[in-house]
Amino acid sequence: MKSLHRIPTWVQALIFFLVVGVVVQMAFAQGWLSEYWQQILMAGTILAVSALGLNLKYGYGGLFAIGHAAFYGIGAYASALVTKDWTTQWSGSPVGGLAGLLGIEAGFIAAAVVISLLDIGHRRRRLRERLEELVSPFEASVLTTTLTILVAGVILVVVGGGVGWLVRRAVLAVGPSLFGVLPEAIAQQVVFLVALIAGAILAALVGFVVGLPLLNLTYDYLCIATLGFGIITYVFFNNADQLIPTMKGARGMVAIPRLTTWPWVLGVFAVAIIVMRNFIYSSTGRAILAVRDDLTAADTMGINSYQYKVLAYTVGCAYAGLAGGLYAHLYAFLHPSNFTWLKSIDPFVMVVFGGVGSMTGTTMGAYVFVTLLEGLRVLPAELIDWRYVIYPLILLFVMLFRPQGIMGTSELGFLKRPKAAAEEPEKVSASEKATSESTASGSEG
Amino acid sequence: MQSNGNSTVLKIDGLTKFFGGLRAVHDFDVDIKESELVGLIGPNGAGKTTIFNMITGIYPVSSGRVMFQNNNITDLPAHEVTHLGIGRTFQNIRIFPKLTVLDNVRVAYHPHASYNVFDGILRSPRFGRGEKEMTDRARQFLSVFGLEKYQDSLASNLPYGEQRRMEIARALATEPDLLLLDEPAAGMNPGEIVELMDLIHFIRDRFDLTILLIEHQMRVVMGICEWITVIDFGEIIARGTPKEIQNNPKVIEAYLGSRAAEELK
Amino acid sequence: MDNKVIKLLLRALAWGILALVAGVVVRLVGGVIIDSPVTFVQQMLNGLQLGFMYAMIAVGYTLVYGVVKLINFAYGDIFMVGAFVSFFGITQYGFSFVPALLLATVACIFLAVIIDRVAYKPLREAPRIAALITALGMSIFLEYFTALKFVFSPDYIAFERPFELVSWEVGGIRFTNIQLIVAGVSILYFLGVQYIVGRTKIGKAMRASAFDKPTAQLMGINVNAVIGATFALTGALAGTAAMLYATAYPQIFTFMGLQPGLKAFVAAVIGGIGSIPGAFVGSLIMGFTEAMTVGFVPYGSTLKDGVAFILLIAMLLIRPTGIFGDPFEEIK
Repeated sequence: MKSLHRIPTWVQALIFFLVVGVVVQMAFAQGWLSEYWQQILMAGTILAVSALGLNLKYGYGGLFAIGHAAFYGIGAYASALVTKDWTTQWSGSPVGGLAGLLGIEAGFIAAAVVISLLDIGHRRRRLRERLEELVSPFEASVLTTTLTILVAGVILVVVGGGVGWLVRRAVLAVGPSLFGVLPEAIAQQVVFLVALIAGAILAALVGFVVGLPLLNLTYDYLCIATLGFGIITYVFFNNADQLIPTMKGARGMVAIPRLTTWPWVLGVFAVAIIVMRNFIYSSTGRAILAVRDDLTAADTMGINSYQYKVLAYTVGCAYAGLAGGLYAHLYAFLHPSNFTWLKSIDPFVMVVFGGVGSMTGTTMGAYVFVTLLEGLRVLPAELIDWRYVIYPLILLFVMLFRPQGIMGTSELGFLKRPKAAAEEPEKVSASEKATSESTASGSEG
Repeated sequence: MQSNGNSTVLKIDGLTKFFGGLRAVHDFDVDIKESELVGLIGPNGAGKTTIFNMITGIYPVSSGRVMFQNNNITDLPAHEVTHLGIGRTFQNIRIFPKLTVLDNVRVAYHPHASYNVFDGILRSPRFGRGEKEMTDRARQFLSVFGLEKYQDSLASNLPYGEQRRMEIARALATEPDLLLLDEPAAGMNPGEIVELMDLIHFIRDRFDLTILLIEHQMRVVMGICEWITVIDFGEIIARGTPKEIQNNPKVIEAYLGSRAAEELK
Repeated sequence: MDNKVIKLLLRALAWGILALVAGVVVRLVGGVIIDSPVTFVQQMLNGLQLGFMYAMIAVGYTLVYGVVKLINFAYGDIFMVGAFVSFFGITQYGFSFVPALLLATVACIFLAVIIDRVAYKPLREAPRIAALITALGMSIFLEYFTALKFVFSPDYIAFERPFELVSWEVGGIRFTNIQLIVAGVSILYFLGVQYIVGRTKIGKAMRASAFDKPTAQLMGINVNAVIGATFALTGALAGTAAMLYATAYPQIFTFMGLQPGLKAFVAAVIGGIGSIPGAFVGSLIMGFTEAMTVGFVPYGSTLKDGVAFILLIAMLLIRPTGIFGDPFEEIK
């Protein structure tokens, strides 16, 4: 079966998921699996996507950032606003929400690109050096900070606002006709896909903005700061109806089209986990792991540690946003209480229990978690509340007895770390002990 | 001080570091030429590692200037200092413990990787080529140091001596022109120390390096350094060849004399 | 133009910008105060009351963090238990103010010490993140366990004050006896803690363990006992604070410790984590900000929780080590 090994691992994975997906779908259709198990499978897989994001932040990135639920919520609300627009036109146009969202995202990315192209950090430093020759450090700092804020502000407004406005108008103008070309059922699915992606991107952008200032902090402070951000987001969701009435704030957002089906859930999960695998087993992934292992050493190796922390955090947030989008369209109802910082502990328990730094473990943790919580729902009434007691107990037990989680960092199947390519047959004689060369003729090897 | 007409690699003037009210380093200066193998010694807490940290951008400088090959690198972020060509090792070995030895070295090649993130995610042909190139280079590198048999082991599982060697190998994988070694002989037995001294000579020639070395073991310092700067309480107290330093009364006094003198015999 | 002129212009520019910013702030704040002075003073009083209460909790957080470098997430929940225990004392056993206070204090001391022994002590040598996660887990466990029907039940319970609320009005501003009691007890505790930490032998042991644990051990200090004593002290603070809090805001429920706990911790960070005066000052700032938000910001009462964390993030960006913190703590 030599030919089998020629198939790249990730293609093997896709085939695997295809098979599993079809089998499960048949099981649902034929009624082999009850409604109950359907819920668990769907909920577990969605949570697994979110938990994979947290695994990236914490397990691979070493960032103790516990505001994950906030990004889950951002993805959920954002994607819901887009699809709800398509069905109910709350904004006055079927693509109003999408236009606004894409506008914000495009504008922000454009502004960020311009700012980074201008290499603001460098120029700021240079300017401050030049100024410090003339005035005191404090005064120099005031001047450079003011200038930086002004420049950044102008770029944000002009570039960001400009691009954003353009994109928004474009989507508003072209959107309805573009989507209208397709039959309604397909159009809905396409809108859903676009909504999911746009929601994930928004979560990533917010994560980027939040992460930039916070990821420099040591993990005690990072923990509290991200927790704080989570609370700020919750407060925002609660009061969001002041901004966008249809979000209904504390009363809960309703009438979201129920577009999440098993094929969608499994499809998104399959793509998500394969991407994560390919990502972490690449040079960039190694850089992220190196930064986690020893930040100073990574800096000394030429890796801009800060950059990679931001990368891990941002992508992790994107995963949360993606999962949130799926979640919103499964239960068709969103309430801010689903996105409190306590809810951030859920994916945390999944990762810690399943395996810190293991995709297999994290996924397994997600399913165990959902099964426990849902499974225990069938307990008699007096015991039902115990499931919320059991779940922190699990956390405590794991921390005391097996802090690396059940799987530790090991993986199964296609998620395993690929072996580096085989040796060249002609082994160079460089294996000569270079360590105890007494002559200076160490030029070969 | 030897000067064989080579260009200056590292020039430091008036380097000073304050930690709050505590003055850790005061007015340190040095001029190191290409291919020199130079030592920096002094009693514990004299400020040697602080100086290294300032050169490599890990600590901000309070005042002073660090010039590397005509570039002003004062207060440059650490990763940029490395890109310009300075590598270093640490007193308490800093490696990536949860990565394999091979990965430890491959990380060094990341800034020059020939493929980007998207190639990685999509597993494009460019990714395959780039990975193979990095892996082959890393393997060859490891074999130069005799570490290829450990390539798939976790770095934290290596014996101490091999870890130290790997740390040096890894630093060299970033292709520096100047290598800063912070107490490389720490925790080594006499046999290992001899191997280390040979290794340092070997890498200096093989990789065309200039080397600045902090070390406590007098045997190493006197054995391989061409000239030495001695600091105590953050200030330079002597500079010269090993012979000159050995007989310098201020140096002997700083080390409480008899102990150091005995070690040197 | 020669250098001197450029220098002067730049300096003028810098100070001009600062003056402008200061001016805007003063105008805004001043305007607010002048428009409704009564609300301002009233909210200031409310803020002070809140601040004094946060202060007791914040000092507890800072003590534990100082000695064990751990954010005791479960602290807010110890606080919650204290409130419930005092409630039971008052309703089941007819305790008056002081006995109920003592009961709560003692209960919390026990709880704090037990939590340390069971959950934190085994992880003393483990990476600090493990202890942090354990603290989180302990906190959630306490919240949900006490929410079980046979413990405290998940209901919101109306707290019975052990004494009558007395208030009197002066010029439209409402003063209450609770304000005075809270302020008094809080200051007393603060002075007490300062005394213990600064002047007693056990306090010295605490400071030594906080500064350098291994060396303290080598000097013969039983660090584990010292840590236990620290937790006991924080337990006392929590118990008292809890009863006063419940008296002032008479509604108790098993999640009541979350918000005050978090805000008190944020206050401790703002003041400089590890510094006891810092925790006190930070708490007053926190209480003040919260009350001002309620009073003057539109939708303030729903936004006030968020404001606390905006303060936190602002602080972490400008000066992470806090007002009284040592700015060189950052260097690891």
